[in-house]
Amino acid sequence: MQDFFDIDSALSEEERAVRASVRQFVDERILPIIGDCYVEGRFPKEIIPGLAELGVFGANLPEEYGCAGLNNVAYGLIMQELERGDSGIRSFASVQGALVMYPIFAFGSEEQKKHYLPKMAAGEIIGCFGLTEPDFGSNPSGMITMAKEQADGSWILNGAKMWITNGSQAKIAVVWAKTNGDKSDKSIRGFIVPTNTPGFTAKDQKGKLSLRASDTSELVFQDVHLPKDAILPKSGGIKSPLMCLTQARYGISWGVIGAAMACYEEALAYSTSRVMFDKVIGGFQLQQQRLAIMLTEIVKAQLVSLHLGRLKDAGKLTPQQVSLAKRNNCDIATDVAREARRLLGANGILAEYASMRHMANLESVYTYEGTHDIHTLILGQAVTGLSAFN
Amino acid sequence: MKIAVCIKRVPDMETRFKIAANGTSVDESGLKYDMSDFDGYAVETALQLNEKQGPGETVVISLGPDVVQEQLRKALSMGADRAVQLKADRVPADGLAIARALAAELKEGGYDLILFGRQAVDSANATVGPMTAELLGLPCATAVSTLDIANGRATARRDLEGATEVVEFALPAVVSVDEGMPRARYPSLKGIMAAKKKPLEVKPAQLGDERISIEKMELPPERAAGRIVGEGPGAVPELVRLLHTEAKVL
Amino acid sequence: MANTFAFAESRGGALRRVAFEAVSAARALADASGGGEVHALLAGAPGVAALASELGKYGADVVIVVEHAGLANANAESLAATAAARIKAGGYRAAIFSASAQGRDLAPRVAAQLGVSMAADVTSFEFAGDALVVRHPAYAGKVIATLKLTGSPAIVTLRPGARAAVEAAREARVESAQPASDPGASKVVVKEMIVGGGAKLDIGDAPVIVSGGRGLKSAENFKLVEDLAAAFGNAAVGATRAVTDDGWRPHSDQIGQTGRQVSPELYVALGISGAIQHIAGMRNSRTIVAINKDKEAPIFKVADYGIVGDVIEILPVLTAAVKEARAKG
Repeated sequence: MQDFFDIDSALSEEERAVRASVRQFVDERILPIIGDCYVEGRFPKEIIPGLAELGVFGANLPEEYGCAGLNNVAYGLIMQELERGDSGIRSFASVQGALVMYPIFAFGSEEQKKHYLPKMAAGEIIGCFGLTEPDFGSNPSGMITMAKEQADGSWILNGAKMWITNGSQAKIAVVWAKTNGDKSDKSIRGFIVPTNTPGFTAKDQKGKLSLRASDTSELVFQDVHLPKDAILPKSGGIKSPLMCLTQARYGISWGVIGAAMACYEEALAYSTSRVMFDKVIGGFQLQQQRLAIMLTEIVKAQLVSLHLGRLKDAGKLTPQQVSLAKRNNCDIATDVAREARRLLGANGILAEYASMRHMANLESVYTYEGTHDIHTLILGQAVTGLSAFN
Repeated sequence: MKIAVCIKRVPDMETRFKIAANGTSVDESGLKYDMSDFDGYAVETALQLNEKQGPGETVVISLGPDVVQEQLRKALSMGADRAVQLKADRVPADGLAIARALAAELKEGGYDLILFGRQAVDSANATVGPMTAELLGLPCATAVSTLDIANGRATARRDLEGATEVVEFALPAVVSVDEGMPRARYPSLKGIMAAKKKPLEVKPAQLGDERISIEKMELPPERAAGRIVGEGPGAVPELVRLLHTEAKVL
Repeated sequence: MANTFAFAESRGGALRRVAFEAVSAARALADASGGGEVHALLAGAPGVAALASELGKYGADVVIVVEHAGLANANAESLAATAAARIKAGGYRAAIFSASAQGRDLAPRVAAQLGVSMAADVTSFEFAGDALVVRHPAYAGKVIATLKLTGSPAIVTLRPGARAAVEAAREARVESAQPASDPGASKVVVKEMIVGGGAKLDIGDAPVIVSGGRGLKSAENFKLVEDLAAAFGNAAVGATRAVTDDGWRPHSDQIGQTGRQVSPELYVALGISGAIQHIAGMRNSRTIVAINKDKEAPIFKVADYGIVGDVIEILPVLTAAVKEARAKG
């Protein structure tokens, strides 16, 4: 996509090099297969070693744990390029990096960090994040999954989680549970649960019409016995999982830009070659309007995320700022994808073209990691001081 | 092995080029740049040789203004050890001048192997590699599609029109690489970070006289628009008729 | 009046077409810039002298024949030394090589040995005063550069096929000479020369090229492309980078920016979408035909004639039609 606003001049050479590497990987290894994977409903596991070698997992975590040690703008660009491929691929990386490696890094013991992080960076251990429950999506504080501490310090875990990306292929799950019968969200702790522990089951959720090239599962815990060192010692309260969500939402605000760019580029190319009424459709006013709006929204979204990344690197980022970016960028991306799909006409419903796949995927991205509406209320509360959640 | 690879910064060939106002160069606004394709194969070849054959050093060299450091850093992020920029205001149109500057740099380097891409995809001359070899008095094999090295000896294949030549020679030598040689790996993100810490030296380029100047650059004439003759096998008779009567090629 | 030098490329005891192109171009240059003789260097295994008179047909006044067993399979070092020595001794104003695989390898060595610059892969050249002005396609053929080369001799490599060889018969005198360096002492040794590998006509020489891309779906389906080539009788088979990368066809068949640049009379693009880097290799073909199932494929923008449809279905029909058309004469 043409760099219409010369945003590249606000990126360092290193950030542009990171973007170029991931873009090349996506072009060569993901784009050729992703349409078929989406139709088949299959996550392409075979690219995991390549993604790991590229260094994409937990890319903004420190080098001492085997990670790339990149800044947050570079991390965002990685998400953008992965989602230019498919939201399911970027979801995989978001979960692995922001929702499993990050909590281990932020709340784990040194032993846990040294044990898991390098292997996760290398793609040898895949993780998933268990927060959402069948009856508790937008309201994670209401969760009923419960862990009971035993006399010897070990735990017994009971409950269920739903809509868990990477669930059925993960070797570990970072599960958030209330503890010792305390129903308030203050009792929430994080646990590293090896998925081969007896009593743990993961089942694929079938029948999805969105994020089809992604692994989405239900997790069930039936008297899952966890050793003392399974707990993330520094975790405590709903704040802990929310901090993880902030990390993921930051990456998502960048990721959806990639999907929007892919749709815009496809629409633009189509508009300058498709002929109707004896001229290319890109010469008709209504199509030009579509393209102008798409371009404008993409540029705005880029600038929002870029500034957010610089704030994050300066240690000044707030979760509400991330809400603004996630909410806006997902919203415009769904619009861009839909308008691109429409510009493509009948061809736009074919899997051969990316726009409808992105359009369907982006409905999930609009909904997960805090629905659009939830982020609306987060911003509303941030500016008025009044909670409108219930 | 100590391997030197000479690389060039070139614009993306997918671009629709425009001629600059001065009429003697391509309009650079908005152009994206990368390492010339064959130079990428050369860097990859060097990296693979040193990976397979035990510890060695891969040095990348590029002639031009400071912007070429971007391509040198890309080579470092792929895994090269050290980079040298031979600083010049612009890349001359005269391959002999470039070869002179490179030879001056390479002469005392003690390199076992010096690699070039077969030609730069923008200027498309294929002269600098073999000229540099002559100036260094080193054996040279151009446009190789395979290269095997063992015990200080190399075997390579070269594609001629309708034939393949198998050549052998001892190192040190100069080789330019063609299609068939491995494609450039994309730098890993860790590689990009590591590149920042690797040495990149800047030295003035000793070009000497330049005997080639660009008088003009222009776009080739557009092809006349063609037409779709029809759909499916049914269109074949009409196509054949047109090739016979109109194009007169059948 | 200074003379003009041309390198006459031969292989396997026969002159290649590019040898005539070089000699003919030298003749035209000499005639256009005040005269002087054309001297052609013909080197090869003993017996190659028999080819000298053919060079006279294209305007060579003198053919310098260098025969040596060690030159049977080219021998870049010895040929370069020999050419350089002769060019230096002869005081030529220009030396013309072909930009063939051999010429592109040889001319830079000669130029560097003589300490002069050279212009590569030119499509035309002429003197303007003491300088040689040449035209050279650059930037994947998307830009034509006009360059001025100063210094004597002016060394150029001429793009194969850019300038047809024109007969301008001369009584060519033969001079025998020795290689300037012992071919046996060359550091790069040609161990083997593998000719052909099945393909009779090289894509650089063929008037017709039928080229296949991903639309053929499998390596086996290239048989259909070969059948069409056979139907034309004078066609070679080319390929896109995608299919050579996948190993369906050898790298040497790849047409494109990093592959071969071709300009045949007729280029038939089969199941090729028309990526920019491919078009860079064939855009100068006189007539381009494209067959692709995607009406929006970029190849149709450069094609003179197109058929939209499944190339696998269409090829046998086209092959039969071409066979019939050729039989009718």
